[in-house]
Amino acid sequence: MLEYALKGSGRYWGWLAFLLILIGIGFITYLKQFHVGLGITGMSRDVSWGLYIGQFTFLVGVAASAVTVVLPYYLHNYKKYGRIAVIGEFLAIPSVLMCMLFIFVDLGQPIRVLNVLLHPTPNSVMFFDMIVLSGYLILNLLCGWVVLGVERKGSPPPKWIKPFLYLAIFWAPSIHIVTAFLYQGLPGRDYWLTAIMAAKFLSSAFASGPSLLVLLCLIIRKFTNFDPGKEAIQTLAKTAAYFLIATILFYLFEVFTAFYSNIPAHKAPIIYLFSGLDGFTKLTPVMKICATLVAIGAIILVTPPLRKWEVTLSIGAFATFISMWLEKGISLVVGGFIPNPFERVFEYWPTLPEALIALGVWSVGFFILTILYKIATTVKENVVFDKYGEKQIKT
Amino acid sequence: MSDMDRRKFLKIAGLGALLGISSWSMFEVVTKQHLEAFVEKYKTPPNAMHAKRWAIVIDLKKLDEKIMNDCIEACNRIHNVPQIPNPKEEVKWIWKEDFEHAFPGMEHQYMPEEIKEMPVLVLCNHCDSPACVRVCPTKATFKRKDGIVMMDMHRCIGCRFCMAACPFGARSFNWRDPRPFIKEENKEYPTRMRGVVEKCTLCCERLEVGLPPACVEVSNGAIMYGDLADPNSEIRKLLATRYSIRRKAELGTNPCVYYLL
Repeated sequence: MLEYALKGSGRYWGWLAFLLILIGIGFITYLKQFHVGLGITGMSRDVSWGLYIGQFTFLVGVAASAVTVVLPYYLHNYKKYGRIAVIGEFLAIPSVLMCMLFIFVDLGQPIRVLNVLLHPTPNSVMFFDMIVLSGYLILNLLCGWVVLGVERKGSPPPKWIKPFLYLAIFWAPSIHIVTAFLYQGLPGRDYWLTAIMAAKFLSSAFASGPSLLVLLCLIIRKFTNFDPGKEAIQTLAKTAAYFLIATILFYLFEVFTAFYSNIPAHKAPIIYLFSGLDGFTKLTPVMKICATLVAIGAIILVTPPLRKWEVTLSIGAFATFISMWLEKGISLVVGGFIPNPFERVFEYWPTLPEALIALGVWSVGFFILTILYKIATTVKENVVFDKYGEKQIKT
Repeated sequence: MSDMDRRKFLKIAGLGALLGISSWSMFEVVTKQHLEAFVEKYKTPPNAMHAKRWAIVIDLKKLDEKIMNDCIEACNRIHNVPQIPNPKEEVKWIWKEDFEHAFPGMEHQYMPEEIKEMPVLVLCNHCDSPACVRVCPTKATFKRKDGIVMMDMHRCIGCRFCMAACPFGARSFNWRDPRPFIKEENKEYPTRMRGVVEKCTLCCERLEVGLPPACVEVSNGAIMYGDLADPNSEIRKLLATRYSIRRKAELGTNPCVYYLL
């Protein structure tokens, strides 16, 4: 099927070339970081994780969110997702790869990365994270590729793939729970030390992931002949709506616990993020934009007419995705480090090289995503009818 | 090196020799003399000091500006700790911190200003259940049998999980090559490279040759060290007779640096 990726329009090649340029810029900047050290980033002794680990955390969620498509389809036989199950699985693959790359670029001694395998340490959550992420990557490659392959031939999926399909469903939440455990088990980081972290991780992932899938489905429908289906897109939007509401609630639970208990250390990071602490306010604009986008996303996704009209739907999905990215990709990680263990505030803001490297990694992800989606949509265009005999191309 | 470690080494060496049979040339290279020389090299030095649980006791009454500066200076000089002017990239093993920041939650607004702002020395607490060791994915930081929380700079991948886990801010990362920032290199102690985490080692390299930790040596009696597991040790007697506090003991890491008030 790979040959489908080699034939495409000028627009397809132009987009890939554009991504390659960004990858190149990111790679050259990374060489500088490799040579000089992580000192070229905005991270410091006090905020020792930043944009990279934030992106990693966010993207684990996007990867896990494939389950919001795969579960209704394989466990509940929700037929409308038959066409887009592979779209979800193929989103997980570049997401996991980006996660791995973000961990890699964050390492101070990247050439020693295999020490994690050489000295396996089961008491470290990082060790488990590596295992579940690699496993999830393999599962999605296998399931996505096999299911798409049989669709091309017009035959039913082989029996042996079923256990892997079910395993992938149970595996998906595990990758994000383990990622939450990276944070929520650390003493003395009050912003992270909360049992709701894992639940909030899952809910925000299942808001941002389906939102991204809505946007990707709309883009696919615009630029290819494959039609993911109006109803499938609407269901994705509803999933995003429910989980966005859950995320807002979980965050408010956290705010209640911190402020009703009135424990200063629990309040401090939240105060820092939303209104600044000791006169330091670098992240307050981020949180204000985040809160505004959450409100826009929630209103649109929850209100039926706004959700159904695809112009507002795309705005709502975009707002949801970006707001979850701001929350998890930036403020969650930085907020955990502020104030520092001495109750002093040292702020963080990514540097240009750091942002370029992150952009490079994102471009790698979109490059792979584009190729995978090109293959999937070409197969679907050629097959014309979906598994249930309905036309899956635009008429 | 303890007996256990020596046995482990011999096991590995034996296995290595077995593997070497398949390639005859290697078997020729590793002879009995080599092995004996190797074991000799890693034998515990005769005057090494031992303890079941090393700990530090700092007498805040005896600390003054000069003593603190001497301690910091001695530690930095002996361990090649770089002096990086950019606070973002500072590497610190032992340093001064105001009382109210070293012991957050213990200060109150009616406390005399001089106590609130009194500088105290802070360093790695060599916790008994260290969070940094729990999270390290490569065992690059580990707790020795004598309680010292150690680092293997050659194994550290620089993921900085330990820095997020340490509730005492005791760990520093080499954000860039630290060597240009070392004023005068002590050739007896290794320097570090960029991309690894480092911290106080309780001068294990000095204890091994019968010397007290550097800060203890120059502290004029303000800093004491000893075996916390030995009820007759000097520090245990001090802790039994004077009121002492620890940083963030409520977090359960069981810090082993005690402050006498």
